[in-house]
Amino acid sequence: MGIVSNVAQKRGHPGSGRKKTRGQPKGRQVNPQALETISSLIGEKPRRDLLIEYLHQIQDQYGHLSSEHLAALAHYMKLALTEVYEVATFYAHFDIVRDDEAAPPAVTIRVCDSISCQLAGAEKLISELEGGAGSDVRVVRAPCMGRCDLAPVAEVGHNHIEHVTAETALAAASSNDVHPSIPDYKDFSAYEAEGGYSLLKDCLAGHRTPEEIIDILNASSLQGLGGAGFPTGRKWSIVRGFEGPRLMAVNGDEGEPGTFKDRYYMESDPHRFIEGMLIAAWVVGIETSYIYMRDEYPAVIKILKTELAKVQAAGLADHVAIEVRRGAGAYICGEESSMIESIEGKRGLPRNRPPYVAEVGIFGRPTLVNNLETLYWVRDIVEKGADWFSGAGANGRKGWRSYSVSGRVNKPGMILAPAGTTVNELIEKYCGGMKEGHTFKGYLPGGASGGILPARLGDVPLDFGTLQEHGCFIGSAAIVIFSDQDNMKDVALNLMRFFEDESCGQCTPCRVGTEKAVKLMVKPDWDTGLLGELSQVMTDASICGLGQAAGNPINCVLKYFPEDL
Amino acid sequence: MSDMIKFILNGNEVEAAPGQTIWQVAKQHEVEIPHLCYSPKPDYRPDGNCRACMVEIEGERVLAASCLRTPTEGMKVITDNHRAKTAQKMVMELLVTDQPAKDVAHEKESRFWHWSDHLEVESSRFEPRIAHERDISHPAMHVALDACIQCNLCVRACREVQVNDVIGMAHRGAEAKIVFDFDDAMGASTCVACGECVQACPTGALMESSRVDENGVDRQIQTEKTESVCPYCGVGCQLTYETKDNVIVSVQGRDGPANSNRLCVKGRFGFDYVKHPHRLTKPLIRLDGVEKKGDMDLDPANPFTHFREASWEEALDLAGGGLKTIRDEKGSSALAGFGSAKCSNEEAYMFQKLVRTGFGTNNVDHCTRLCHASSVAALLEGVGSGAVSAPFNAVKDADCVIVIGANPIENHPVAATFFKQAAKNGTLIVMDPRGTALKRHATHMLQFKPGADVSMLNAILNVIITEGLVDEEYVARHTEGFENLKNHIAEFTPEAMAPICGIDADTLRTVARTFATSKASIIFWGMGVSQHIHGTDNARCLIALSLITGQVGRPGTGLHPLRGQNNVQGASDAGLIPMMLPDYRLVDADNLRSAFEDAWGTTLDPNRGLTVVEIMHAIHDDEIHGMYIMGENPAMSDPDV
Repeated sequence: MGIVSNVAQKRGHPGSGRKKTRGQPKGRQVNPQALETISSLIGEKPRRDLLIEYLHQIQDQYGHLSSEHLAALAHYMKLALTEVYEVATFYAHFDIVRDDEAAPPAVTIRVCDSISCQLAGAEKLISELEGGAGSDVRVVRAPCMGRCDLAPVAEVGHNHIEHVTAETALAAASSNDVHPSIPDYKDFSAYEAEGGYSLLKDCLAGHRTPEEIIDILNASSLQGLGGAGFPTGRKWSIVRGFEGPRLMAVNGDEGEPGTFKDRYYMESDPHRFIEGMLIAAWVVGIETSYIYMRDEYPAVIKILKTELAKVQAAGLADHVAIEVRRGAGAYICGEESSMIESIEGKRGLPRNRPPYVAEVGIFGRPTLVNNLETLYWVRDIVEKGADWFSGAGANGRKGWRSYSVSGRVNKPGMILAPAGTTVNELIEKYCGGMKEGHTFKGYLPGGASGGILPARLGDVPLDFGTLQEHGCFIGSAAIVIFSDQDNMKDVALNLMRFFEDESCGQCTPCRVGTEKAVKLMVKPDWDTGLLGELSQVMTDASICGLGQAAGNPINCVLKYFPEDL
Repeated sequence: MSDMIKFILNGNEVEAAPGQTIWQVAKQHEVEIPHLCYSPKPDYRPDGNCRACMVEIEGERVLAASCLRTPTEGMKVITDNHRAKTAQKMVMELLVTDQPAKDVAHEKESRFWHWSDHLEVESSRFEPRIAHERDISHPAMHVALDACIQCNLCVRACREVQVNDVIGMAHRGAEAKIVFDFDDAMGASTCVACGECVQACPTGALMESSRVDENGVDRQIQTEKTESVCPYCGVGCQLTYETKDNVIVSVQGRDGPANSNRLCVKGRFGFDYVKHPHRLTKPLIRLDGVEKKGDMDLDPANPFTHFREASWEEALDLAGGGLKTIRDEKGSSALAGFGSAKCSNEEAYMFQKLVRTGFGTNNVDHCTRLCHASSVAALLEGVGSGAVSAPFNAVKDADCVIVIGANPIENHPVAATFFKQAAKNGTLIVMDPRGTALKRHATHMLQFKPGADVSMLNAILNVIITEGLVDEEYVARHTEGFENLKNHIAEFTPEAMAPICGIDADTLRTVARTFATSKASIIFWGMGVSQHIHGTDNARCLIALSLITGQVGRPGTGLHPLRGQNNVQGASDAGLIPMMLPDYRLVDADNLRSAFEDAWGTTLDPNRGLTVVEIMHAIHDDEIHGMYIMGENPAMSDPDV
């Protein structure tokens, strides 16, 4: 606040007259100091699509987003105040501090309260942490962090602690152990030494043709492994057929509760993905590839940036520009059109279709959207042959499938198994059976949105298209195992609360529907008729898959677990 | 037509034009589909978020939003089966849950309650959420987000239609909330009170304050509607006054050619003057013995310290008699009259006729003299007409727009909405020593040194000519004197002019190239160009810019001086000009004047009269002794008061 001189007060503003005109325009004004801070932080020529990246920069630097900084950012980017505010408030990882509000404590502990961590005692952990944390530590609930096999999990600053206890979390907070630990992974030289990038080099040198690669993918039956299962080769042909410039988005926003396969691959063998992406860009003729990584994977983002720089320095990525984008805490951005909105620097609202993103995607351009794991398999399929992949299935299915298994089993983890493997096989053959004292009762075949199946349907092959008749789908193959100690009503409520928190709020059936469903589901007695009707309309009338699938837990509990009601 | 799309709507074959949505076609066939977030008004794109308009399309897994779905050949659409109806009703029921009860609604006849009636959904089986508090911080608008259904029409109104960019949708999920700036109170926000959001809101969450009581409940005022035109600036917005017992309650924008339903704060809320207590409604005569003084301290609420009320007869006798005495004793040239660009054509015509035939002088002028007389002079000289060569909404078709010496966001707000929209799709070049609000929307902001217009514009002309960007064919066919211009401009290089105008040479070159090579470029200017000792020169430069690049005479091109008052054109046409009779007939052309002498049955002064400024000087020189001023405030609008 400047000091108003008495002289100025006496005379008033020149135009003031009887009506005492303001000395400045209406509304918030920009603080010149804040403007200086922001312009030096984010540099010259700000880009509209980088708004979320800039918000991250400010949040990283100052621990929160103050009104002054946000107003300065809006001014610097020539954006409306509200455009910056609505984006900042959409994403869970930004802390907006308005005017005189207090800034959050220096350390934040985010505790996962999604289903696998819930089974592992997240509620008890949260109450212990809330009791034990001093005023310099903030405890916040957060959705799935993609470490469900190591539940419960908490993130102290950006340091994820697995099998966490209140003691280990608070010890990390007090010793300021807040940075991600980078796991051992196969780096550029190790990957190249074992023959990596020779396929890409062959492509770039013209020893392979794009058509040939697409043919191999088609023959391999590789499908989109983010959850939708669209045939990959066909998608590449479709996007390739649209007039350029064509863009690409890699979906690394692995937010489906129970899923951690993409993180597994990126933290062990990132170049297999990078090579796949570079081949895709070459085949489809991509101008810029945007890799959208969820903010819950800070180690992956670090690995990616480090290793991409090496690949670019080696001249292997001259055919495509690459931008790594950091999510900011929004499950909805795993939906491809929301992700595209987020890449454009906006709130992650799904788009209505048609038009489809293959034709009208990022900045209105034709866009190839692939899940990260889908691209991970490209090199192996081309080098080992389509049959290597398509021949791998079990129970009449084709291909390999990365099952993220968590819950009441002895050895949860990322299981690479033939597509079509059943949950009984996963439990017994791969996961060391059920935990001591637990009897298999039911499972999520596809994370929070894929529905809930009972143990009696434990021999259904798990793959795209095999679960529809049971009202479920496999999605990202996140398998969460429940036992006789789990009440399926509570499970369904946990899932619905997740959807309520993560609904983008755009359409009525999902925005209001998830909120009203939670209100009905916390009651001891469910109004099953009304819940069933609501669930049907959410499925029929929501814009995107989130709202369309949000009713699945309700339907499945009504259908398969009536005894728990 | 062959490009029509045939599809089946509720079992009947119907046709859609390309781009037409299912909802639009259904409407044509009188099939009613509920809609809340969709407004069929111009410029509101469908958003498909409320999901009240869901219909079933055969073969599709889920229902579709009819407001934005376009049919394809042979598509089978059902709007009213059980599945579609269930969805439409459930959406309504979910929204009704969180609404204030209908008997205390903010707007009982809102579109929301209309559809609630229509779908017969007036109560809910769900549990309501905690409602938002009301925000009554704004003097003209009432914000009650307890009625908000997050349909986002107000965001589109504010961001896409008016481009005022104040309203946003913050947070997410059930927490999603309409906010002003950083969730500020509306009255403390950057809101410019255009009221577009109020006009768009389907629920009464945003209302004119005049329409709700102190508890925010609809006062249910039954109003009469009168179509009119906005009395403020020269944009010419059409509107509807909603009155009760001869008092204006509210104003709605109408779909006029200049405003497509849009209004600004002045047109929508600036009507309190009509019933303001300071307004004079009876003639007043100065009290005997009260001296006329420049520093008179008159309280407008109580003028009776200086004046007394009089009958019209007495007042007219006094005024008419006084003017007659001056004319008879000092001669006609001792009288003068100021009309106004805010009056109607008829009033302007009567006024100049009174001065010319009654006073016997051509000393009649009005405020247009002070705004665009220099522009008119340049335009008459350069293109033979003082009128604009394109309406301002030709900007829709322009790829490159120059706005120079004007602040349309403040002075022509509705025109500015079209400029801001155009800036989203093309190049907007703003030239002004001041950083006006349009700056944020500008592709190039040339904040040149005050008074340096000619040097800056000459440098741009220089670039166009030296770089061969001239439209040779247009110049050859439609202009004369190009060689003179070329020689004259040769030494005004961007490098030479940069230090004079304060704009670097690179920017001048970029702007010149963009303007010359764009498919359609248009120029708007205001008082910053014309109220200037080089006003005519400034306008000449702009005219030359358009002519040598051929950026005139096609859609999206042309020259447009932005007029300040609502009837500048009419007042001038009707002859409120000292050297011109109605229809621009020169007073000193005997043949033209005689036609009026015949029509009016009197002889007329054959000499040009004095202008506004000259009349002021003549008063000081004791040459003018009496004046009649109608609808004008020289103390406000004339220089050097």
